Amino acid sequence: MALAKLKQDTTAARLADVTLPTGAAWANAARADALARVRAMGLPTRRDEYWKFTDPTSLTAVDAPAAALFDTDEAPLFDAVDRVKIVFVDGILDAAASDDLTVEGVVIERLADVMAADIHWARDIYGVLETCGQKPVERALAALNTAMATDGVVIHATAKAAKPINLIYLHSDPASDVVLHNLVKVDAGAEVTLLETGPAAARFSKCLEVDVAEGGAFHHVRVQGRDHERRAVTHCFARISAQSTFKSFTLTFNGVLTRNECVIDIVGDDATAHVAGACVGDGHDFHHDDTVFVTHDALRGESRQVFKKVLRNGAVGVFQGKILVKQGAQKTDGYQISQSLLLDDDSQFLAKPELEIYADDVACSHGSTTGAIDETALYYLRSRGVPADQARNLLTLAFLAESLEEIADPALANDLRDRLESWLARHR
Amino acid sequence: MLEIKGLKVKLEEEDKEILKGVDLNIAPGMVHAIMGPNGSGKSTLSYVLSGRDGYVVTDGSATLDGVDLLSMAPEERAAAGLFLAFQYPVEIPGVGNMTFLRTAVNAQRKARGQDELSAGDFLKVVREKAKSLKIDAEMLKRPVNVGFSGGEKKRNEILQMAMLEPKMCILDETDSGLDVDAMKLVAEGVNALRSEGRSFLVITHYQRLLDHIKPDVVHIMADGRIIKTGGPELALEVENNGYADILTEVA
Ligand SMILES: Nc1ncnc2c1ncn2[C@@H]1O[C@H](COP(=O)(O)OP(=O)(O)O)[C@@H](O)[C@H]1O
Ligand SMILES: [Mg+2]
Repeated sequence: MALAKLKQDTTAARLADVTLPTGAAWANAARADALARVRAMGLPTRRDEYWKFTDPTSLTAVDAPAAALFDTDEAPLFDAVDRVKIVFVDGILDAAASDDLTVEGVVIERLADVMAADIHWARDIYGVLETCGQKPVERALAALNTAMATDGVVIHATAKAAKPINLIYLHSDPASDVVLHNLVKVDAGAEVTLLETGPAAARFSKCLEVDVAEGGAFHHVRVQGRDHERRAVTHCFARISAQSTFKSFTLTFNGVLTRNECVIDIVGDDATAHVAGACVGDGHDFHHDDTVFVTHDALRGESRQVFKKVLRNGAVGVFQGKILVKQGAQKTDGYQISQSLLLDDDSQFLAKPELEIYADDVACSHGSTTGAIDETALYYLRSRGVPADQARNLLTLAFLAESLEEIADPALANDLRDRLESWLARHR
Repeated sequence: MLEIKGLKVKLEEEDKEILKGVDLNIAPGMVHAIMGPNGSGKSTLSYVLSGRDGYVVTDGSATLDGVDLLSMAPEERAAAGLFLAFQYPVEIPGVGNMTFLRTAVNAQRKARGQDELSAGDFLKVVREKAKSLKIDAEMLKRPVNVGFSGGEKKRNEILQMAMLEPKMCILDETDSGLDVDAMKLVAEGVNALRSEGRSFLVITHYQRLLDHIKPDVVHIMADGRIIKTGGPELALEVENNGYADILTEVA
């Protein structure tokens, strides 16, 4: 079927100046394939059902709208955590600012090097999981990322990684338009934690493909912020095998536009997949979209989606979440909750929770709520001497608590709680 | 200590007068009780004194040690030394009981210009007070009042009172929903706090709490007014004859 005119024009304009990077033959093929898929699908437009609540125009535009740099005197996140730091400045790995990449239990390489290597396991993952994730819903921006990305990290966990790996995305050029692509392969029984922090760019396209083998575990904690004018479209494609664990948590501060898509395929029995997020937004120039698609294609899988949004002064939050239980995926336990706390009448939460189930012996539930601060609880706290602002913040943090509980490591969770507290203290 | 004069209160949402001129004067160190039938305005009085939204004071005044209570925010009233043990303690999911207590204690200390308690000092004090109220570590960790039994909630109110050391304590039906043992525990908690500089206003339906917390003065409230005031014997009269006699007597 021919693409709609708007889609055709948008795609043609965006691709006009795109030249594919070159590397090893398999990498060239993967990139060419991705580009062909973008051409066939067409880039998203406001008319797409999947983009009904979020306007992709600035994400597909030829030029990235500039984003002012944001000065903050906050200490770097996870400063007290013993971690391997890998620093990207406007999307380019800064080796001098990064730690030594040798860590027990994992092999860390640079995507640029991997894509030039004739033989590499990355060939079986790069663009492969992303391609799987294009069905049943198209995600052309992810394919565009696969076609264009030159930098990123490639992580291979062969045992329990000695330390978490922290990708630090610095933003230094107000006009930076960045494409990064990361790969993670977790061997059977291996385990690794990936941390991602920093605003990254004026416009940031990021794709993460994760393959977790039997009994492996992947933990992911990400913080997006705090630049107000930044835009980001991110994709995570995960394939998780029998008895494996996938846990991803994202905290988002500010940002004029953020679209985080997470696509998880549970392909082995008894696997666990949790994806959670919290965001806090203040003002009309905040738009945050979590789009999640979890597919159960194995026995006794457990999945959880927990998303909480605090919105004020006209901020907009979006949640599109789906649990698809395929035929034969018996004893699936799927849970999905999306909730917003609206601190005023101006702000908006748009939610589209979906369940699609083709197995008859499953327990799936979903819910979505929109609410305000509980006035009775507020009065109770104040009657104990807690000032109104502080009481409101305490209740706001309490609202976010369920999502933070999805972070396995309490030290990481505490760090994020502190950041949220300071954000709330600044936005009264 | 607490001085209420001609207090008239109506609902904010509708034109309904709930308190129709309440006068009450509680001297330091005294324990007053208010008894009265359901719907007579006892809880409303406690809410208005502590600053809950939804009520409009149309006349009269209420002062604590000469300071106008009614113009203050709820947290300022608390810092000034007023405490209300709620008839229905509020559940706050996501806020740990311990965090709640510490936040409240330190907020009040700050408002009074005192240093915040260190985590260690605070823990020591809480543990000791919780123990005498048979509140275990588990209950301190759980979210405020969530999943607490009726008795646990009321004991938790008394723990807050013990931690905050207010000078004017209002207890709204703290005995309701308690079995005899739990009531004794609560009464002991209250009695332990009795002192020369601290006053109590005990709102209750039944005489039985007053067997344990001995009041100096007993008031009977009906239809938004205090219709009779007397000594402890008044509570016994209510216990034996109900409110009917008193109501007809003053009518
Ligand atoms: N917020 C409110 N909305 C509607 N009616 C109220 C409200 N608060 C109190 N009332 C009414 O005021 C009267 C007194 O209530 P209350 O103070 O709870 O009495 P008591 O505690 O003595 O049982 C009752 O008729 C009650 O229905
Ligand atoms: Mg009452």
